Amino acid sequence: MTATDKHASWRGRAESAEADRTSAELDDAESIKELRTQSRRLLGSMMRPHKRAIGFLVGILVVQNFVTMATPILVMYGIDHGIPAISERGDYSVIGWIGVSFALVAILEYLCVRLYIAQSAKVSAAMLFNLRNRVFKKFQRLSVSFHERFTSGRVTARQSSDMEAIREMTENGVDDLVLAALNVVTITVVMLVIDARLAAVSLLTFPLMLLLGRWFNRVSTLAYRRARETVALLIVYFVESMGGVRAVQAYRREERDRELFAGLNTDNRFAQAAGHQQNAFMSGGMRGIGHLATVVVLLFGGWQVMQGNTELGVLAAFLLYMKRFFDPLNELVQFYNVLQSATSALEKISGVLDEEIEVAEPESPRRIERPRGELHFDGVRFQYREDQVVLPGLDLLVPGGQTIALVGSTGAGKTTIAKLVSRFYDPKAGALRLDGVDLRELSEADLRSGVVMITQENFLFNGTIAENIELGRPGASRERVVEAAKVVGAHEFIEALPEGYDTHVRKRGGRLSAGQRQLVVFARAFLADPKVLILDEATSSLDIPSERLVQRALRTILADRTAIIIAHRLSTVEIADRVLVLEHGRIIEDGHPNDLIDHGGEYATLHRQWEDSLV
Amino acid sequence: MGSERLKTPEQSETDAPPPRRSALTNLWRIKKYLHPYRYRLALLWSMVLLNIISGLSIPPVVGAAIDGPISDGDMRRLAVFAAVVAGLGAADALLNLTRRYMQTTTAMAIEADIRAALYEHLQRLHTGFHDRWQTGQLLARVTADLGMIRRFFAGGMIFAISSTGMITIILGQLLFIEWRLALVVAASAIPLFLIGRGFFRNYLPAARAEQDQSGEVASAAEEAALGIRAIKALGRGPLMAARFEAEAAELRDRGVRKSLIASRSWSAFGAIASAALGVVLVAGSVMVANGSLSVGNLTAFIMLQLALLWPIEASGWVMAHGNEAMTAADRVYDVFDTEPAIKDRPGAKVVDRASVRGELVFEGVRFGFEDDSREVLRGVDLQVRPGETLAIAGRTGSGKTTLVSLPSRLNDPTGGRILLDGTDIRDLQLANLRSVVTTAFEEATLFSMSVRENLALGRPDADERDLLEALRVAQAEFVHDLPYGLDTRIGEQGLSLSGGQRQRLALARAVVVKPAVLVLDDPLSALDVHTEELVEKALEHVLKDTTALIVVHRPSTVALADRVALLHEGRIAAVGEHSELMVSSPEYVDVLSAASEEVSA
Repeated sequence: MTATDKHASWRGRAESAEADRTSAELDDAESIKELRTQSRRLLGSMMRPHKRAIGFLVGILVVQNFVTMATPILVMYGIDHGIPAISERGDYSVIGWIGVSFALVAILEYLCVRLYIAQSAKVSAAMLFNLRNRVFKKFQRLSVSFHERFTSGRVTARQSSDMEAIREMTENGVDDLVLAALNVVTITVVMLVIDARLAAVSLLTFPLMLLLGRWFNRVSTLAYRRARETVALLIVYFVESMGGVRAVQAYRREERDRELFAGLNTDNRFAQAAGHQQNAFMSGGMRGIGHLATVVVLLFGGWQVMQGNTELGVLAAFLLYMKRFFDPLNELVQFYNVLQSATSALEKISGVLDEEIEVAEPESPRRIERPRGELHFDGVRFQYREDQVVLPGLDLLVPGGQTIALVGSTGAGKTTIAKLVSRFYDPKAGALRLDGVDLRELSEADLRSGVVMITQENFLFNGTIAENIELGRPGASRERVVEAAKVVGAHEFIEALPEGYDTHVRKRGGRLSAGQRQLVVFARAFLADPKVLILDEATSSLDIPSERLVQRALRTILADRTAIIIAHRLSTVEIADRVLVLEHGRIIEDGHPNDLIDHGGEYATLHRQWEDSLV
Repeated sequence: MGSERLKTPEQSETDAPPPRRSALTNLWRIKKYLHPYRYRLALLWSMVLLNIISGLSIPPVVGAAIDGPISDGDMRRLAVFAAVVAGLGAADALLNLTRRYMQTTTAMAIEADIRAALYEHLQRLHTGFHDRWQTGQLLARVTADLGMIRRFFAGGMIFAISSTGMITIILGQLLFIEWRLALVVAASAIPLFLIGRGFFRNYLPAARAEQDQSGEVASAAEEAALGIRAIKALGRGPLMAARFEAEAAELRDRGVRKSLIASRSWSAFGAIASAALGVVLVAGSVMVANGSLSVGNLTAFIMLQLALLWPIEASGWVMAHGNEAMTAADRVYDVFDTEPAIKDRPGAKVVDRASVRGELVFEGVRFGFEDDSREVLRGVDLQVRPGETLAIAGRTGSGKTTLVSLPSRLNDPTGGRILLDGTDIRDLQLANLRSVVTTAFEEATLFSMSVRENLALGRPDADERDLLEALRVAQAEFVHDLPYGLDTRIGEQGLSLSGGQRQRLALARAVVVKPAVLVLDDPLSALDVHTEELVEKALEHVLKDTTALIVVHRPSTVALADRVALLHEGRIAAVGEHSELMVSSPEYVDVLSAASEEVSA
């Protein structure tokens, strides 16, 4: 059914089919109903703060509705009374008043429209602004593991194309909706008053409209949902392949990439078209129903006139009203497109907002009175997947101020320990305490000012070098930024850049080499001045002179701090007070590096290998 | 309104057009993508016209039915009339359905075509472009802007065509009925035109500002998601939220500013139309009283004028649509008009992989970033002999990474040249060159795809044996332990893998290609000593008959190389064997001597 099916294997298999989705992707009947409720609730919560402004807007529309209705009445009055007054009595006052009334109508119309557009734009922009921030904050609070399966592309899709779909709804067409509803009600009432029987017959087609609407609602919900999903996939692929464009070019992957993108593009094209095509049926159907109503009124009304049950004028009026009844509805069908798109987008977003936070902030956080930086692993058990236990039950006490080094082969659990201390994950069993307080009870702010991790990832943000270092301590003065850079030995290369500390690092730090980025990240962490510092392969990209400088700096930096060092290069490990050798998540050696070397175990072997590698 | 104005700007395409003109120019340039659909579009537009006619054909029949059979009391003839209305109605509904169906299908197809073309163009643009442009800005062009253009072609433009037609027809009828009153109506076009012109002048830049900002917001969202670990590790969530909020607030304000401009003009459109109606009514009534106009004609005139109200009121909306489509086209052409800096020269040659010896010569190679007067490379002269493995060492910032980006033309030197077997690499076809020269970066960019897809990146036709062999060489056999082996999807940038694992996969990927020249940027930095040793042993075999250029930071990696070149301040300061340089070059010793002794010293 889709163009990508033939390439489907490229994507590979994930842990579970739903791995990269929120609950908003489910499509069984029960979930759909729940999603509808969810998105309606979200819409409600978006509108609530603007209740009064929205009421005001509806008020403007009602006034506008009456003002527009005045036009035909004034014309009628002018012809029926204004002209005879002039021709019979030479009295220009009636037509004069009508002229004045027209001026008033024009002015009122001008004011209504102007006020409505301005006010509704403000309300719509404010609602979207709040929603954007809500979604952003939610994404920030969701755990790292959520982000790893959700991907940044989806985050971007929620914040761009989904928001765009909602904006289209809130910005355009709501007035049409309200005016059409007012119109339908007014005309129904008028028709009932004029001739109830004829009105009843002409409204016979109403159930047909409802049926058509229900049909469209049902089929298009799935179509529009699928459209939102395909556009998200398109965005995910776009963001990722553009982010890695260097690799794409270096490996001449352009063609294959284009092929895959074309598949997603085509999927999206057909998914988008599907909803709009169904809308075409709805549009044609509505027009057909309108014409059918005319035929019915013509036949029944004509017969009634012939029977003498009703006047010819009434029938004529009815036929005109039928037209005015259906015309706005036909316009409205277009808006239905926008509405359905926006509803699907709201569903997606409500899925994010309702996503459970795996690593939740405590309700009533505890404070650490006097931070010492003592870490206590108490029977900590952890696994990423059910069948692969990474840490079977870790017991470890790291006294405040101690520098420990974790050593062991890939998969021994070193990085997992680092991630647990940074609370990227929570232990599945047991507890991890900082100065006696379970990390789960510590407020986010306290935890983050207490524990800082540097990894080999070296993420730089869009901005200058100084801004990137300053991230360690927002608001730090330039002197302190420079000082931090000096300590880790980054000052020299930064000064050599064209604009020094104000040099823009470009996207993801593309201006700098991996080693330079690492130094910037080091300076950032130094500036943060945490009680517990985690270095996960933080020096791997450094060349030897830089590493030497960092080593020297680390001796000072780590003096009064708890530190966890993970490094393949034992040069970094040597500054530790204590080395832990891990195997399959268990500590098999524990002691001062020199003692362990003398002891002649696993670490001694590693150390010998490393010394050999130094040539 | 738009259709006539769209036809002129062809001539200004080459000589730099003024910004306001260029907006229209760029939208006009989109016609290239309409071309394959021209017959369908012609059919579509005629259906739009037919649909207007079919819609207008029903009221006269209804009127005739009232005047005829109903007045006469002829039920049988009424049934005939009703049947005609039903037939016309069915035709009208069917036409409407078909044209909307076609309209949406065609518009979506055009949008997808432009998107594919834009993607292809982006792929060809050099890394310097991608370093400068935030992904969110590119994304906004590929999604939101193309959406606006599509909506204009499917909605605004069709509406503009039909309402222009309608206004013309009605004005003609008005002139026929009473030319003096018709002139009054026509005169109301003057303020409409003035307001419309002002609207264009103000709305275009405002729309552009908003669209630009929405790209910024998307970028901020993307960056905060990509950098989530860095943000969480530092606890900068609130700071990032504040920054995002500032961007979002700017977007909100720009959106409101745009709408305020719209509110000032749109509101005037309806008011002017109503005022004109008032003038006609008053003047017409006087004329009727004077006897120079019949009541019937005045009524007809006003009825027709009422029909004008809606198209005029809606023209504001259509103009806004058109404006947004213009800015969107502008933004899209920002990208299309960026020429790839690195591309095939005319008459570029193709070399046969099998006949490449792999001699790589740098001749006075210079490189500087375009925004920086100081050069990173200041005349690099270096020869890598066929089959030789040459290591590049140097301090942070000495230009190593820049240097190794040159042989596969990810960057072009700003001076000097690079020769592959005596041919300037710029005289080779890019795709061909990159199949001969393969580069692996320190940062392993893995895509959210299967391991297999990631490995075969540079050689889609690689068979299972090649993949397994490469995995063995790179000591990346851990992939067999992943839940689905080679079919396992590895996460965004391979995040669920450790740094060492990612690096080994990236190395395996380079090995799979079996290039004549292999360029590796510090390929083993994240590996532990033991694994590094194993990889080196396996690599030796691969490197035996491959020319290789390897950036090294560690003495252990130097073991792979036949010779080492020391890069210092953008020049090659020394070349030779490791043991020689350890004696002859103090600078080299400083860069590559074991760190431990220094630390304990």
